[in-house]
Amino acid sequence: MIDDRVMARIEQLAGLELSPEEREALKADLTRILDYFQKLSELDTQGVPPFEPLPGQVNAWREDEPAESLAQGESLANAPEQEAGYFKVPRVFGEP
Amino acid sequence: MDVIIGLEIHVQLATRTKLFCRCRADYFAAEPNTLTCPVCLGMPGALPVPNRKAVEYALRVAFALGSEVQPRSQFDRKNYFYPDLPKGYQITQRAVPLAVGGELVYLLDGEERRVRIRELHIEEDAGKLIHTPDGALVDMNRCGVPLVEIVTEPDLRAPREAREFLRALRTLLRHLGVSNADMEKGELRCDANLSLSQDGELGTKVEIKNLNSFRGVERALAKAAQAQAEPLSRGERVMQATYGWDETRGELLLQRQKEEAHDYRYFPEPDLVPLELSPEFLAQVKEGMPELPWARRDRFVSQYGLSARDAEVLLAEPTLADYFEQVAAGVGDGREAANWVLSEVLRYWREGPPVPAGELAELIRRVRAGRVSRTNAKQVLEEAAEGGRSLLELLESRALEQVSDEEELRRLAREAIAAHPQAAADFRAGKAQALGFLVGQVMRATRGRADAKKLSQILRELLTE
Repeated sequence: MIDDRVMARIEQLAGLELSPEEREALKADLTRILDYFQKLSELDTQGVPPFEPLPGQVNAWREDEPAESLAQGESLANAPEQEAGYFKVPRVFGEP
Repeated sequence: MDVIIGLEIHVQLATRTKLFCRCRADYFAAEPNTLTCPVCLGMPGALPVPNRKAVEYALRVAFALGSEVQPRSQFDRKNYFYPDLPKGYQITQRAVPLAVGGELVYLLDGEERRVRIRELHIEEDAGKLIHTPDGALVDMNRCGVPLVEIVTEPDLRAPREAREFLRALRTLLRHLGVSNADMEKGELRCDANLSLSQDGELGTKVEIKNLNSFRGVERALAKAAQAQAEPLSRGERVMQATYGWDETRGELLLQRQKEEAHDYRYFPEPDLVPLELSPEFLAQVKEGMPELPWARRDRFVSQYGLSARDAEVLLAEPTLADYFEQVAAGVGDGREAANWVLSEVLRYWREGPPVPAGELAELIRRVRAGRVSRTNAKQVLEEAAEGGRSLLELLESRALEQVSDEEELRRLAREAIAAHPQAAADFRAGKAQALGFLVGQVMRATRGRADAKKLSQILRELLTE
């Protein structure tokens, strides 16, 4: 159930501040999406593992051999702001 | 009141490349954002490919701790928003970690203590932030570097125990060759949980994050214990909270109270297939394990006849232990090698040996053969260590070769007696100290190179003829 309490929590987690109109619109959208996925619970999933990315495949690892990295300029090419080789972001509060 | 401490330790694995991409992992001295690629920058569509070496290194730790390796483990996403994590999630192992259980035995005041391990898993590191007044600067070189996280059971009972446990863990990691585990460089980081129990009832837990020195671990935990004991003794409740640690001021910094706890929305990482570790693969990793420090300690005692204490000191650093073994092999006497390494070499040890093992072994051999006096040997060692010069070249250039040739000593003794007839007469009259004086005269003439033992024998002979 998407009520105001759940909406407030999602907003906090997503770092979003919504206007009352936006909140109501998203609440309706999210409720519809959840209802749609409810259909899945009609399936009998007894004995089915919860998740498997590619059934039967495992490991798919690589050797520890370095390759070229991007040049600094390439790394930063899409950054809205940069300074002295760093990405620059607005001030950060708190810890993750 | 009992102090109850559990630790979560992050260890940076010394692989050449990152955990999920082929960017180099040795970011320490690199220019910012020069070790990145679409995978570790979280570009849309980029796919992670696990580094097999990282899995092997994590398994070495698991085997050394006696943990039970899960034959099939998986990666999960831990979601959170912070600028050090461009993907918006960290790839870690949550539902099925790499290994569970195990223990580490460490020494506290010479007594064995054990700490049980809850679990051990692989995850990727985040980038680095530099906070400035008008924003934050982000360096993604560290983002994606492999970590192994080790979670202990709450078995530690004092801040000092936590410190010693961490020291032992660092030693183990270095011996395993999986990490340099330097806390100052952030290669070993520690979060600590602490609670005070009263009458067997567990108290509220507080968490201290990102402790990055042994001293800091001990001090921060002591502060946290003290901060809890005060309200408890007044019968008040302790707030559940997370703290940071200000090392310079020696203060805990409140980061958040549990009410605003994060929801990391863990779910299986759809971009990665599970890790399935075959018995053959596990056997191969076990095969490649270096000798464990406690096994090596026992061997040092039995093979070289060292005391357990000396063995312990030598094993604090694997490079020191290796050095000792090279010197021991060169000298052919483990005890003698240990004496020299512990009493003479260790004081000049700076991240590495002051003189090559082969040169030290040669010096010790010459001392044992009576070709160089012990005093001169120590002096040359000091000069070589502090001046960064070759020990053997110094030996040659100083003509420090000990004079132990019978004829030469006899000649020198005769000279001394002739030059100091009074001393000779005194000795003959029964004054034993006079012999010491004559030995001193020869020593001065040879700048300490005469073999003192042989010399006094010869002097005695000549004077009693």
